[in-house]
Amino acid sequence: MNAVDSLFFIRSEIFLAAVIFVVLILDFFIQQKRWLGWLSVLSILIAFFLSPSFYPDSGLFFNYYTLDPFGFFFKTIAYLTIGLTLLASLAYEKIPQKQAGEFYVLLLTMALLLTFMGGATNLLMIFLTIESVSLTSYLLTGFQKFDKRSSEASLKYVLFGAVSSAVMLFGMSLLFGASGTIELSQIGELLKSSASIPQNVLTQTGGANTHGMILMGMLFLMAGIGFKISMVPFHMWAPDVYQGAPTPVTAFLTVAPKALGVAVMARVLFFAFPDLVHKWAFLMTWISIATMTIGNVIAISQSDIKRLLAYSSIAQAGYILAGLATPGELGLQATLIYIAAYLLTNLGAFFTVIAIERNLESNELEAYNGLSVRNPLLALVLTIFLLSLAGIPPLAGFIGKIYIFSSAIKAHSIPLALSIALNSAVAAYYYFNVVKAMYLAPPKVKEPLTNPFPIKLAIGTMLFGTFLIGLWPSLIIQAVVKSLANFPIF
Amino acid sequence: MHLPILSCLVFLPLVGMILIMLVPRGRDNLIRGIATIATALVLGLTIKLLAAFDQTQSGMQFVEHAQWIRELNVFYHLGVDGISILMIFATALLGFLACVASFGITERTKEYFALYLLLETGMMGTFLSLDLFLFYIFWEVVLVPMYFLIGVWGGPRKEYAAIKFFLYTLAGSMFMLIGILALYFNHTPHTFDMIELTKNSFALYFQQLVFLALFFGFAIKVPIFPFHTWLPDAHVEAPTPISVLLAGVLLKMGTYGFFRISYPILPQAAHWFGPYMGVLAVIGIVYGGFVAFAQKDFKKMVAYSSVSHMGFVLLGLAVFTPAAMNGALLQMFNHAMITGGLFLLVGVLYDRAHTREMDAFGGVWSKMPVYGSILIFISLASLGLPGLSGFVSEFMVLMGSYPVYRWMTIASCIGILLAAAYLLYMIQRVLLGPLNPKWSRLPDINKREIFTLVPLMIFILAVGVYPKIALQYIGPSIEHLLHLLAGKIAA
Repeated sequence: MNAVDSLFFIRSEIFLAAVIFVVLILDFFIQQKRWLGWLSVLSILIAFFLSPSFYPDSGLFFNYYTLDPFGFFFKTIAYLTIGLTLLASLAYEKIPQKQAGEFYVLLLTMALLLTFMGGATNLLMIFLTIESVSLTSYLLTGFQKFDKRSSEASLKYVLFGAVSSAVMLFGMSLLFGASGTIELSQIGELLKSSASIPQNVLTQTGGANTHGMILMGMLFLMAGIGFKISMVPFHMWAPDVYQGAPTPVTAFLTVAPKALGVAVMARVLFFAFPDLVHKWAFLMTWISIATMTIGNVIAISQSDIKRLLAYSSIAQAGYILAGLATPGELGLQATLIYIAAYLLTNLGAFFTVIAIERNLESNELEAYNGLSVRNPLLALVLTIFLLSLAGIPPLAGFIGKIYIFSSAIKAHSIPLALSIALNSAVAAYYYFNVVKAMYLAPPKVKEPLTNPFPIKLAIGTMLFGTFLIGLWPSLIIQAVVKSLANFPIF
Repeated sequence: MHLPILSCLVFLPLVGMILIMLVPRGRDNLIRGIATIATALVLGLTIKLLAAFDQTQSGMQFVEHAQWIRELNVFYHLGVDGISILMIFATALLGFLACVASFGITERTKEYFALYLLLETGMMGTFLSLDLFLFYIFWEVVLVPMYFLIGVWGGPRKEYAAIKFFLYTLAGSMFMLIGILALYFNHTPHTFDMIELTKNSFALYFQQLVFLALFFGFAIKVPIFPFHTWLPDAHVEAPTPISVLLAGVLLKMGTYGFFRISYPILPQAAHWFGPYMGVLAVIGIVYGGFVAFAQKDFKKMVAYSSVSHMGFVLLGLAVFTPAAMNGALLQMFNHAMITGGLFLLVGVLYDRAHTREMDAFGGVWSKMPVYGSILIFISLASLGLPGLSGFVSEFMVLMGSYPVYRWMTIASCIGILLAAAYLLYMIQRVLLGPLNPKWSRLPDINKREIFTLVPLMIFILAVGVYPKIALQYIGPSIEHLLHLLAGKIAA
């Protein structure tokens, strides 16, 4: 589809881009920055409802931006995360008032970029969107620039990110060299039979073994994307970055970029390499097992709640990848459902941590001692989120876990099923360490905790969602089935 | 008007919990009142259920069936038959009595009773669910309040005991979930319906795998040797009413799982694993007895005696004879009454003396005559005195298992001897002998405590004298189950 016709379909993106500039300009005039925050939340909501209700037959902008149900699902994920992160950061005083406007602008930009990331179906767009999302993430991570941890995290993130981008780009160049195209689906077509690789490409590569090149390209590409979703063994950056970043940013980073990274990964694997499915499914199985195991085992010894949740989010990435490790309709459904449940639960947990951090000025587990006395509601809510992360029914996380289990069992992947079972028990241990501090340990001080409205709203929304999906799973299942309608599942 | 009685049983406690959460902190009497009314209503409904229950039928009664998750073919499916009805009654009765026994809890009352009622919902749901998905949910719902009830209101090592209980059971239930999903995917059309799944005949190899997966989940809950190590910790640290429910109801969830799920759905595997289950049962009976004998702590002794007595249930399951099966199911009910009573009695003594060291007592009977008599009565039931309920069920199990596994049966009799030994030795140390002057001012058992014990004693005596009042409920369903098993195993 040409550029002019495409404009109609991206009206929500255009609107969001316009809002970004408006907020940027208003930032000069408005002293009460929280109005900018509310404006941003509102515009995310409006942008969501501006999304077209039907999908075009072909990719927009000459196939550079694909609008399909799959992309829409992840767009919803991105908008939801950003909107709620905005709400939560309204109550986060550690972000300097002066720069709050810029902070909101960066988050809105992030929403826009993530949307494009979910619709990227060629190598160039994948690289550009991932890169720009990463750049914005670096900025957000280092936003508390006078905080040593925050700056250190940002620097680490930049260095790791730069390497991973280079790796990814190298993989892409191999793929392009071997296939002569940057379109994912065309790479897939070409791979269907190696004989069909055009003669001119073969001569360009000097008749080299294109199969080997494609395999290498795939591996490098997977490694590059793997960095972004904190997949073991490319997870080293994650704990430091998640700990150092301002907490609302951490909440956001553990969910949205990860979810979108998985979206890109799914598109790459299913569009471009359907013929190598046995190779990457095998690889994914063990990567998934390693990711969940390492994340969970290291999380046990953490005494800082942000770090604990950081490692937990690495483990959760492992569960999400388990869906890709068992390719098929159920596996993909499991991935998407798990992402949705994880979004609600993990954001909820982090928002509760923000609400507590505001009052206690600490993220140490010890500071949580006796929280059930100081603020029973907050303690109860955090417990519910942690239970959901641990996969206890009837909460959202349980539905996700059921699906992951199901796809592993249906694919007869016994190691995966056993590993999920054992990991769930391990994970419960450290989640309950937090619960233990809140309920079983006596409080040092008794003064109650108070919180402003925006954070309460954000937590309340997540809590509602966690129960809603747990008790009426049909809602999310139907949405996921719809969003996979046009997805090429072999 | 048609009252969905089973749903009421499950959700009445939940309603009570929500009400309690709305009551402001500190209104302890109101909170206790709500909890007592909720559990009493459940008990009342259960009695109504018992009266309306058709004892001649072997199938499910009072069935409630509604779609829940269409995409997964999950149903909200409740029902009661002879296998579950006694456990429902035991849950309702102990739930009510332990609630009354909880009046002594003065710390964080609101949270306590809220969690207590959530626990009751979970237990009821587990026994009433006929859909594996639903069953699993209730099974897990039991875990969370239990963790808190042990962890917050427990004894000195409560944190350790609570998390040990939680992780053990969670690990077990994860394997159970794998088993459940394997059943789901190997049945066409995919279903979680327990009744539907019994009609299928899976390959033996598959049955064995699934049986093993489910076995982990159930065996940890029972607990079967060697998965029992969480039990003494949890029992000793838990507050008295929670120990009662733990021993009286939660342990039975494990054996109930065999009766309801493993046996009817995986008959060939059950038959194949029978001898091994028998061996584990005998080890449990004898080992539990010896360890109970060695205990100095009263509560720990009762806890280990549970391992021993639950072994009889397993032994009854291991042989496929009518007497043994009926005995095993009856033993579940009897053990709930007896061990519930014993834990209550331990609690009565501990509340007064603040110690459970049996050697620290002596001659207590002269100071607490009523208490002493009740303790002796329930201990005699536990050690299998003819005329009291424990004897009936254990005798039936042994009678049923003798023709099948002669040596195992003989070995299990050692367990009965041991029970007599450790219980009488306990009575000797606690009640008899010269009075330790330290306890010269112990008040006797009070009316509220007697009130919690009398119903249990009534059922112990009634079932002991005239077992038919309990057996008539379970007979047809067990017969049906055995018929089903025999047909499948012969095929």
